[in-house]
Amino acid sequence: MIGPKTAAVQSNLIAAENLAAGYREKTVWRGGNFAFGRGEFIAVIGPNGAGKTTLFRVLLGLQQPISGSIRIFDAPPKRGNPRIGYVPQRHMIDSETNVECLELVRLGLSGKQWGFNPFSHKERDAALAALEAVGATELAHRPLGVLSGGELQRIFLAEALVSSPDILLLDEPLSNLDLRRETDLLHLINDVVRSRGVTALLIAHNINPLLPHLDKVMYMANGRIATGKPSEVLRSESLTALYGVQVEVLRDPHGNVAIIGVEEHHGDMA
Amino acid sequence: MTINPNLLADLQQMWKYEFMQHAFEAGTIVAVIAGITGYFVVLRRSAFTAHAFSEIGFAGAAGAVLWGIPPIVGLLLGSTIGGLTIAALGRRAANRDTQIGIVLAFALGLGLLFISLYAGYATEAYSILFGEILGISTGAVLLTLVAGAAVLMVVGVLYRPLLFASLDEDVAEAKGMPMLLIGTAFLLVVAVAVSFAVQVTGVLLIFSLMVTPAATAQYLSRRPQRAMMISVGIALMATWAGLFVGYYTPYPVSFFITGIAFGLYLLVRGLQLVIKPHRLSGLPVAS
Repeated sequence: MIGPKTAAVQSNLIAAENLAAGYREKTVWRGGNFAFGRGEFIAVIGPNGAGKTTLFRVLLGLQQPISGSIRIFDAPPKRGNPRIGYVPQRHMIDSETNVECLELVRLGLSGKQWGFNPFSHKERDAALAALEAVGATELAHRPLGVLSGGELQRIFLAEALVSSPDILLLDEPLSNLDLRRETDLLHLINDVVRSRGVTALLIAHNINPLLPHLDKVMYMANGRIATGKPSEVLRSESLTALYGVQVEVLRDPHGNVAIIGVEEHHGDMA
Repeated sequence: MTINPNLLADLQQMWKYEFMQHAFEAGTIVAVIAGITGYFVVLRRSAFTAHAFSEIGFAGAAGAVLWGIPPIVGLLLGSTIGGLTIAALGRRAANRDTQIGIVLAFALGLGLLFISLYAGYATEAYSILFGEILGISTGAVLLTLVAGAAVLMVVGVLYRPLLFASLDEDVAEAKGMPMLLIGTAFLLVVAVAVSFAVQVTGVLLIFSLMVTPAATAQYLSRRPQRAMMISVGIALMATWAGLFVGYYTPYPVSFFITGIAFGLYLLVRGLQLVIKPHRLSGLPVAS
């Protein structure tokens, strides 16, 4: 018989113990202890340079941890794992790129395969289904170069989803979006996470728009990571204890938080 | 079918000459490989790199002439060494305009030195710089055919990873694709395509087959495979029409190839402005 604890361990898609990461000359953060199960929606927040993207690079197997253990699907991270979908932080696609969106989404599925592709209906259908899942069916034949920031993020999301990953890593998908598009995209990501049971880690600067959707938050600053439910992590006492300096978490009547005392402000009071 | 009997007679008369046959054969192969590799050159914004290859190739060709080796050998050596160097410098090196510019200026100077050391100075320099499509030997046509087949094969194998890496480098890399291999293979393909295209257009007019047709095609289709077909079609049209007009006029074939390719580009852009004048970005009409 499998005990509840074993079952819990097995259901973790991502598990880290005493993980430290960074570069040869500099450890960016240490003491990473976290475990995420299937279908969890996690926000990764913290100041610039706190090591948020570094965490993604470790999970993607693009960078070796300095110490500690990290396991994904109960194995060390490996580069090119098809069960992980990734949307990197980036700006825009060159405005002169006159290639239809459907093509990029298809490449999310078959871009790794050598050879010329005689137009595959299976690939095309999968790409169209991914576009539909992100509400971008009407963008299928539009050129990548003319899309707005929000439209482009939907296409990147479709590109990541087309191979039906179990884990989604989204690096600042909300940057450069206005408030309405930010809200729309967040609802969409939340829908995808819930309906597909995908575990999603999303890097953001502002925690507040995410709060209604989140299961967990990772707060990174000063070389440390606090992980847990937002209500547990985002408290003055717990952050003060973690960082060893006075940290204030302020809340306004709408439930928005602002974190003060760790390098820069995190979160805007509405 | 209404074929102008004069046109047919003209073609027959033109093809009686072996040098014209060779020109059409080599020109056709070059147009196909330039049209296809040019699509990726334009998509990856590597036009300047392609131009650099041709000018480094010029130094190689001039050196080859000086030492009595066939110029194509020097061209291939020069451009592939250029390709390997840029590939070794790293993945974003193809966009390092300044460094590439510095190297190509030196390569041109070196070529000039080699050419001036050679007795047949003017003619050789002229034909390498501006093309000598009317002087292609049977052996050169065969070599072009072999190289063309190799280029098509490599592009065929690379196709999807190359397209993916060109459109979305970060995700392609995160997926564990061998970016250095893909980038190097592509640069070598461009180096070979450029070397053979130089026979047709010359070093200085290389863009007329490597860039203009593909750039025009990208305005006409959003689907890469279709755009490549169109790109090849435009390159073929420019080459064939250029040869034909060049044969019946005293002016250089390279000029007509360049002129026709440029004319088609202007026509497409102009039509777009007429059809969709409100869209100043100039992007796409058809899908």
